[in-house]
Amino acid sequence: MTAPIEITGLHKSFGTTVALDGLDLTVAAGEIHGFLGPNGAGKSTTIRVLLGLLRADGGRAQLLGGDPWTDVETLHRQIAYVPGDVALWPNLTGGEVIDLLARLRGGLNPTRRDDLLARFDLDPTKKCRAYSKGNRQKVALVAALSSDAELLLLDEPTAGLDPLMDRVFRDYVDEVRTQGRTVLLSSHILSEVEALCDRVSIIRAGRTVESGTLAQLRHLTRTSVTATLERTPAATELAAMAGVHDVVLDGSKVTLSADTDHIGAVLSGLGAYGIQTLTSQPPTLEELFMRSYAS
Amino acid sequence: MTASLAGTGTLTRLAVRRDRVLLPIGILGITSFAVSSAKATLALYPTVASMDAGIKTIFASPSAVALYGPISDPTDPDALAVVKTTMFGAVLLAIFGYAVVRRHTRSEEEDGRFELVGAGVVGRRAPLTAAVAVATASVLLTCLLTGLGYAAIGMDVAGSLAAASGWAATGLAFVGLAAVAAQLASTARGCAGLTMGALGVLFLLRAVADAGTGVPGWLSWVSPVGWTSRADAFGSDRSWVVLLGVGLLAGCLVVAFALLQRRDLGAGLLPARRGRAHAGATLTGPVGLARRLGRSSTIGWTTGMLVGGLVIGSLAKSALDMIADPAIADLLRKMGGGVGLLSDVYLSTELGFIAIIAAAYGVTTVLRWRSEEIQGHSELVLATATSRTRYAVGHLLVALLGTALLEFALGLGTVLADSSGGGALGGASRVLPAALIRLPAVWVCVGVAVAALGWLPRWTAPIGWGALAFSLIVGEFGGVFGLPGWLLDLAPFTHVPRMPVEAFALTPTLALVAVAAALCTVGVVGFRRRDIGG
Repeated sequence: MTAPIEITGLHKSFGTTVALDGLDLTVAAGEIHGFLGPNGAGKSTTIRVLLGLLRADGGRAQLLGGDPWTDVETLHRQIAYVPGDVALWPNLTGGEVIDLLARLRGGLNPTRRDDLLARFDLDPTKKCRAYSKGNRQKVALVAALSSDAELLLLDEPTAGLDPLMDRVFRDYVDEVRTQGRTVLLSSHILSEVEALCDRVSIIRAGRTVESGTLAQLRHLTRTSVTATLERTPAATELAAMAGVHDVVLDGSKVTLSADTDHIGAVLSGLGAYGIQTLTSQPPTLEELFMRSYAS
Repeated sequence: MTASLAGTGTLTRLAVRRDRVLLPIGILGITSFAVSSAKATLALYPTVASMDAGIKTIFASPSAVALYGPISDPTDPDALAVVKTTMFGAVLLAIFGYAVVRRHTRSEEEDGRFELVGAGVVGRRAPLTAAVAVATASVLLTCLLTGLGYAAIGMDVAGSLAAASGWAATGLAFVGLAAVAAQLASTARGCAGLTMGALGVLFLLRAVADAGTGVPGWLSWVSPVGWTSRADAFGSDRSWVVLLGVGLLAGCLVVAFALLQRRDLGAGLLPARRGRAHAGATLTGPVGLARRLGRSSTIGWTTGMLVGGLVIGSLAKSALDMIADPAIADLLRKMGGGVGLLSDVYLSTELGFIAIIAAAYGVTTVLRWRSEEIQGHSELVLATATSRTRYAVGHLLVALLGTALLEFALGLGTVLADSSGGGALGGASRVLPAALIRLPAVWVCVGVAVAALGWLPRWTAPIGWGALAFSLIVGEFGGVFGLPGWLLDLAPFTHVPRMPVEAFALTPTLALVAVAAALCTVGVVGFRRRDIGG
């Protein structure tokens, strides 16, 4: 079975502006895939190419085994989409928009629609022009999450939601995961990605810079270690250990960063000096993210 | 009071900066249209003696008076030089003034840009004041330049002043009405509906007051559109009518500012209603969606066409009564481009003119399709299992069938009013085909806009409106300007069999349908191939 999303070397320019510059992205069936990047990195452009709204200039994009540009009707029956900037028809009600989008896609699950409306605390009889940004976001989310679509493309879906509603959203994504459906989740909220996603791709300036599980990505970075030791070592001894960097010695207190795949050896090396206290912190996604952009 | 006006100067400069293309085009476009038309007419008829008696009589006939307003002095070449452009210009100026006000008030508020501006040091009254200031200045400048232009080509100075004053009266009135409408409606579309609806009703009121028989004289002073005719330029030169416009503008501003004090930012006084929690049975696909989006607009335009038909039908009798002189009757037949019953000539002239209005509805429908795309609504639909073709067909059907509905309503209104007034026009079997025969040419105008949307999306509005303006100018003024034949042939309405004066002709009708179909197809192919958005 092919992966729901397979993109290799995707290129797209708007006039002289290069939006995608050889982007690669693979999303496996049944995974929640985090799609990270700063503003203007090309996340929305990638999703819009996958939706057949934009035609790629070069490279290959495959969606559920089909061509996103030509196989629109068959592919889109299996897709639900939440745009980053939700624009709704001002003179239609939220309920009408939800039903319309569902009918255009090929149906929705009425029980789930009612459940979502209740849990998102959304009034479907209001005209869309009367909704706040967060409520417009909820309309798009209810329309997408109440479908049985095999693949969900969510472009910063929780921007504008309050923490309570964010919780509801996360519960639903967990449900989607247990049903074995696939999600591409573009986001700026790193804690959300950390909590929800199985794998992550980080892009910058239209190119993929990192991709893998969070565990794999963490391996690429360093763990920070702070320890108080019984016998004060020489700084050179510590720095000579494999995988150790940035040693700072302050009396018996030592701070260093260690390559994550050498952490075991480093800890036993420190153990030789007698450990009194020890804190070790795995890299956060934020650090990963920052490191990917710093270079 | 002064605090609530803080920032007006900055906002005025911002409005002028944003409209640095629109304003000069509007001002110079309307001015040059009026002055060059007057110059061309004077070149054709330099003296009273050179004027054909029949031409003067035609402009005195009720059907012409209903469209163009009364001629002020049939013995003055200057009066004849402006009779065709005066009323058109006044309507254009009213639309211009309204559009400037709407752009900088309700549209800004709807798009949320006011919120950004309003957070700065900007008084509550400043945005409306700035919009009205820019609109008023634009209207007055247009009138001034036109008056100067008339005088510069050697027309009577007092008459030129009266012509400018008449236009200013109508233009300023609509600046004021738009300012009130922008407070009443909670959307830009609603503001457009209120103001354009008022323009239609006031135009019809003026037409009935000017051309109807047995209408009390004061009625012609009621409509601000009529003030342009009341100025009686190159006749009794009532330049003071401009004061009526100033007075109405001032009154409207008092009302608009009072309304402004009572409402929240973004809200109107007409409250937003709740709707249904589930989509109805008709809102199922791209066709249902396009129809729903165009619903209120289609209802408004159809009603307008029905009323227009009622006016045409009810004016028919007085139009025909007036032509007793066999010499004039003969001339009218020739002017109509064919030999036929006078009632047919009258009907054909009116229906031909109003078909342009149906085409305008068609163009606005295509523009709605484009604005759906710009606003990001198309994206939501195209992300579902809706192909581009099916999506396009939804909007196309509304444009093509909607224009058919409009022409039908026009014919129906004409038949109803005519049959209740004696049936001078010959009943449904003559009127309805004559109304519907214009459809293929209307569809060609729609097709031009669709082709633009497919291949030059950013140019959809200029190309769509340009094609329409071209058709109007060629049809109404081609003769005055002495335009070459090939240019006339480019306008779709040139090829329409002028039923009921002329017989139905299959070849040109089929050719127009084929051209319209080809343009629509080309447009849809382009829409399928290009990126969605921007």
